[in-house]
Amino acid sequence: MSAAAAYDCVVVGGGHNGLVCATYLARAGRSVLVLEAAPSLGGAAITREFAPGFRVSACAHLLHLMPPALMRELQLERHGLAWAAREVGTLALDPSGSPLHLAQGTLTELSSGAPAPDSAAFQEWRALLRRFTAALHPVLNQTPPRLGTGAWRDRGALLSLALRIRRLGRTDLRELLRIGGICIHDVLEERFASPLLKGALALDAVLGTNYGPRSPGTVLSLLYRSAAGAGAERLALPRGGMGSLTQALAEAARAAGVRLRTDATVERILVHEDRVQAVTLAGGETVRARAVISSADPKTTLLQLLGSEHLDAGFTRRVAQLRTRGLAGKLHLALDGLPVFRGVPASCLRDRLLLAPSADYIERAYNHTKYREYSAAPMMEVTVPSVADPSLAPSGQHVLSAIVQYLPYEVAGGWEEQRPRLLQTLLSTLAAYAPDLPQRVRAAELLAPPDIEREFRIGGGHWHHAELALDQFFLVRPVPGATQYRAPVAGLYLCGAGCHPGGGVMGLAGRNAAREVLREAA
Amino acid sequence: MLTESAPHYRQPLLKTPFHERAREWSQLDSFVPWSGYSTVDVFTSVEQEYFAIRNASSLYDLTPMVKYRICGTDALRFLNRLVTRDLSKLGPGKVAYVVWCDDAGQLIDDGTVFCIGAQEYRLCTGERQLDWLRASAIGFAVEIQEITEDIAALAVQGPTSCALLLRAGLTGIERLRPFEHGEFTLTRAGREPMSLMVSRTGFTGDLGYELWLRPADAEPVWDVLLEEGSPRAVRPVGSRALNMARIEAGFLLPNVDFISAAHTLYVGTERSPLELGLGWLVDFGKGHFTGRRALLAEQERGPRRQLVGLDVDGNKPAHNALLYSDRSARREVGSVSSATWSPTCKRNLALAMVEAAYVSVGSTVWAEIYLNRELTWQRRVVRARVVERPFFAPARRRSTPPALY
Repeated sequence: MSAAAAYDCVVVGGGHNGLVCATYLARAGRSVLVLEAAPSLGGAAITREFAPGFRVSACAHLLHLMPPALMRELQLERHGLAWAAREVGTLALDPSGSPLHLAQGTLTELSSGAPAPDSAAFQEWRALLRRFTAALHPVLNQTPPRLGTGAWRDRGALLSLALRIRRLGRTDLRELLRIGGICIHDVLEERFASPLLKGALALDAVLGTNYGPRSPGTVLSLLYRSAAGAGAERLALPRGGMGSLTQALAEAARAAGVRLRTDATVERILVHEDRVQAVTLAGGETVRARAVISSADPKTTLLQLLGSEHLDAGFTRRVAQLRTRGLAGKLHLALDGLPVFRGVPASCLRDRLLLAPSADYIERAYNHTKYREYSAAPMMEVTVPSVADPSLAPSGQHVLSAIVQYLPYEVAGGWEEQRPRLLQTLLSTLAAYAPDLPQRVRAAELLAPPDIEREFRIGGGHWHHAELALDQFFLVRPVPGATQYRAPVAGLYLCGAGCHPGGGVMGLAGRNAAREVLREAA
Repeated sequence: MLTESAPHYRQPLLKTPFHERAREWSQLDSFVPWSGYSTVDVFTSVEQEYFAIRNASSLYDLTPMVKYRICGTDALRFLNRLVTRDLSKLGPGKVAYVVWCDDAGQLIDDGTVFCIGAQEYRLCTGERQLDWLRASAIGFAVEIQEITEDIAALAVQGPTSCALLLRAGLTGIERLRPFEHGEFTLTRAGREPMSLMVSRTGFTGDLGYELWLRPADAEPVWDVLLEEGSPRAVRPVGSRALNMARIEAGFLLPNVDFISAAHTLYVGTERSPLELGLGWLVDFGKGHFTGRRALLAEQERGPRRQLVGLDVDGNKPAHNALLYSDRSARREVGSVSSATWSPTCKRNLALAMVEAAYVSVGSTVWAEIYLNRELTWQRRVVRARVVERPFFAPARRRSTPPALY
């Protein structure tokens, strides 16, 4: 590519990973342009109005995966990030009205404040997860090594991972190997008695996945979540919703010299002599670039923007076979007042509320998806962010934001027909815990996976872009041949959730990808 | 006869439309399976059939060749991404020999592409490829249909083949040039005119044609050709005689000279087109195709071994022989995949994979040959020289119009 390139780097997509990647590239002296198709930046980490006066984090609603070090490096607080709540606890709701409270390492009965019966086992489990997390966390900041290359960089990375795991000691190592591939249900059965606690812990293992608690690999997804968040209970609500995080990321990008364009839909990535040359936008404009870094999902990037004619057939088939359909939906309610959840004082509504009274409850909810149905008793992760952040709703009124599982991408009867029915199901599910809630609803919005696909331009509507499962994980994520953030075509990189270490509002895929782009000489 | 509902492993081999006629001609009743069909190995004797190929004309039933109809607006783009060769200049009426590779640049199979029309092609290949073709079709507006059973195929090969076809009533066949195909009508007194496609292609390296027929026309065409041909030493041939001819012509046989990368189990047993001496089929300048990046890297590295033609001392075919650097037979440098005594060249021929240091014409390697003399085994280590391929390339295979012997 000649020096006439308009930009060193064009980043496709202005979500959090795209912005993080762009900022690191610009800080390293590259000229960077971010192209976002939507009218505003933020991707799936945005705050938007869904009813007059009511705003909500439209997709991701709790921040717990983005490493503090990354936020410090990007100086997000200097760029406008503020907090509505830093230590959001977890309440496992019980239809009979005696919730459990999970906070940093403690498990208590909410009503009495006394330690719950499983408290000791819970602390032991937490400590074990912390030790595993310490061993695994560095992997997330790392470009996955390739196997069998003989390159020192790859060997070194594998060796250091092996050493860290070995350093766990014999007992922990044995336990990690034993539970690493099995289902969370079995592990919870071994350790805990309380169905409510098991439901809460199982929820974290399956949230955002295509699995139920009895699916193999769900311990792995819990370990991933723990490793990424350095402890699942450290949840936070940015003031102004998730959109204020991406606004701060955008400010950090601007400050680093990144040029940001919205309403700029990339339609094609142009290739010349097996090297990316430019992108074309809807409307026909062409922007030349030495490198194109896409935060779009791998299928969209490789099969639509690039096109299979630039790829080998076997690789193309692997990309086409990626499992990219999401099972998580999003419910937004505008409420004219704070609903009363049984056994939960109003002051506790700043915590997240889990509607998953047992692991079996979740498994039953999951069963339906195999038949393109949803359960009459779905699992929900509920937040009422307006309790800690009154700016989200008119005075005295509230917004409720819930992640709902499991919603099949293709539902029998179609989502147009099913959406209003599911909304009724969800309201009656909520009413079992908060009887006055349905009558407080002024407006409602329900996003099924196809809606998430459409609004956030994520093929399949999966918040990890591609399922986080052993066969799409770490060394082989998203697919062999595109690990290490590089597509087979020179100058094309991937930086989205489809890459290691995956999605959620984390930003590490963006940072790791930037490091790989910078390894190639300017 | 088993019914359609029997499981596939209890189904008998399919019969080609020439099967009943082939039975009549077969003295040995020697049939072998090929791609799910029962086909003739030897009719009478390998030598007699071989000489029909080289000195008169031969009929060879190649119906089991797997045929795909490929059509759609992206048909050409699809094929150009599939195969290593540039097909953009392949116009209607033309045929091209092609190979295709996996992502690692290792050969999956070879075959021929017929350009039927602007957006329609036919791919003929030895083994079924639907899975790979469908993987290759992701992102292309193309329709792929297997039509193997819809078309009967008969190779008419040998120096008198053009004369035979003319005598049989295929007017205009003499104008068909190598790697061309066309529609012809076979008109005979007392018979319905039959339209068929003829291509000037083959697996013998000789003057020859391949006839692509409706299955219903198979027996009448066979009858007409043998009516005219049998007084002139034309005869049906089996795959063993054809194998001698194809070695003389230097053509590769799948599962003999290479194993499809789709089927290899051991690491390192697959072969790239560069190793197989098919570099001339690889066009790095045409744009991307599957395996291009891997082949480019291999070309920069230089292939570690290559397929060569050998002229082996003596007259004992060096079947499966290991090859050594010198007579002491201590250091292995390769092995033979195909071998035959060539009655036409009067040479002992072999195709072999040898290390890069031994690939240039004139190099010498030593072949270890085992001879069975009335159950007494003898081991010989004989000299073999790397020579030009094809071993046999008569001018008549290309001349148009061909001489009418």
